[in-house]
Amino acid sequence: MTPALELDGLRKAFGGLPATNDVSLQVAAGERRLIIGPNGAGKTTLFNLITGDLRPDAGAIRLFGEEVSRLKAHERAHRGLARTYQIITLFPKDSLEHNVVLSLLGLLKSRWDALRPLASQAGLYEEARRILGLVGLEERAALPIAQVSYGEKRRVEIAMALAQRPRLLLLDEPLAGLSPEERSGIKVLIQGIPPDVTVVMIEHDMDTALDLAERVTVLHYGKVIVEGTRGEVVADPRTREVYLGT
Amino acid sequence: MKRFAWTLFVLMLVAFPLFAGDFYVNLASQIFIAAVFAASLNLLVGYGGLVSLGHAAWVGLAAYTSAWLYLRMGLGHAAAAPLALLLTTVIAGIFGWIALHASGLGFLMITLALSQVLWGTAYRWSSVTNGDNGLSGLTRPAPFGLSLDKPAAFYYFALLVVIVALWLIAKFVASPFGAALRGTRDEPRRMAALGHDVWRVRWITFVYSGFWGAVAGLLFVYYHKYIHPTTLSLTVSAEALLSVIAGGAGTLAGPVVGAAIVLTLKNYVSAYLERWNMLLGLVFVLIVIFMPDGVVPGVRRWWARLGRK
Repeated sequence: MTPALELDGLRKAFGGLPATNDVSLQVAAGERRLIIGPNGAGKTTLFNLITGDLRPDAGAIRLFGEEVSRLKAHERAHRGLARTYQIITLFPKDSLEHNVVLSLLGLLKSRWDALRPLASQAGLYEEARRILGLVGLEERAALPIAQVSYGEKRRVEIAMALAQRPRLLLLDEPLAGLSPEERSGIKVLIQGIPPDVTVVMIEHDMDTALDLAERVTVLHYGKVIVEGTRGEVVADPRTREVYLGT
Repeated sequence: MKRFAWTLFVLMLVAFPLFAGDFYVNLASQIFIAAVFAASLNLLVGYGGLVSLGHAAWVGLAAYTSAWLYLRMGLGHAAAAPLALLLTTVIAGIFGWIALHASGLGFLMITLALSQVLWGTAYRWSSVTNGDNGLSGLTRPAPFGLSLDKPAAFYYFALLVVIVALWLIAKFVASPFGAALRGTRDEPRRMAALGHDVWRVRWITFVYSGFWGAVAGLLFVYYHKYIHPTTLSLTVSAEALLSVIAGGAGTLAGPVVGAAIVLTLKNYVSAYLERWNMLLGLVFVLIVIFMPDGVVPGVRRWWARLGRK
């Protein structure tokens, strides 16, 4: 079976400093993969390469078997790729439902419609509220982003990605900055993602997200140091070296 | 309520020439032209977040093309107008393709440079543009046999064009495409990740904005019956940009209010004050201090505050 995501010798350097240094990995369809690594390990750079925000210096990126490293970000989105951001990237003046509507529009032909009013397309707003319901924010749908809490914004990030009905979902530190209660809430959301969706998740801490993934990849200075099942990675001395510096 | 207020406002505008003198009717016509021009620029600046300093290109290009087709090719207005609009829109497509390789300051500099090329061409290419003498001997069109030579007749013509232009621009802004455009202004990276083709959204807006700039250009040349290279100058682009920012970028009424402020100061105050530019500058400084996002949003906020008291 073709893997959902395949990276082959991926490289990216900023001013001579390698942020992604010969990364190769495969994520099977339907897998839950966790990528961990300390600050500056190149986790977000890796995501930016996969989504097309950055161009790799070398290497290949294959989505469901298709080489996409020359495609633009929006073209990759149309092939079933969605992501969330570590630093919340929403439309702060717009309502929650409008944010999700923008996400829904991204894959619809009607995004080019320049004549009919958006507000008249009740179906879109209904669908947006349904998706906000999935993350427990239906009641807040009409509020502007700027008026909801940080934890709720994290939920909107996930709602935006779910609205794209992705085949491969990249979650960039979805638990960052949250209280323990908020974390467990988000974890429930992530566990509730349909099993046919492949999920790759970045986390900074080792412990917070281990229970969400079967397989774990440890990234350090842009390189894959360890990869394996949860138990293997935790037991591996190199993991401890990266995290404890011993 | 809002609809009622707008209807009342339009009725007042329709009645205006019945009691106002020719000077004010002509001033209002010029405001209408400037309003279409500023509203077209606002599509880029206000809704797209793309600040252009070369918008005069579209007014000048459409005006020169129409004048040249009329004078040198002997075409009537009915044929010259659509050709001028078409040519200007096509050139906008090419300029947009070039300028949108950059964003922010780079975009601003490229639009400025491209419009300066046109300005220089208008001065130098005398065989076509008649250089510094400009093209004169033009007429106003007479749609359906109705002469637009009288100030009131032209006023109604320009009013009709403004209403149609603003109505279509309002539809554009409220559409899914308009929402996507505002999205690309606020978070272009996120929009791309959501599947929106940011570059193409911007390019289409650039072309559409150029088209309405060309409409303003036709009104301009019909009104003045004359066209000179200064119409393509940086001053004209900057004045439009000031109108948009002073009135309120990203609002429908903003550019109209801004254009009215600029034109009123320019035409009315300059009759009494030689240094009217200083007054214009002062007014802008005051607007920026007290209503940093423009008169329309500023007044709205004051209104809301009054309502709460």
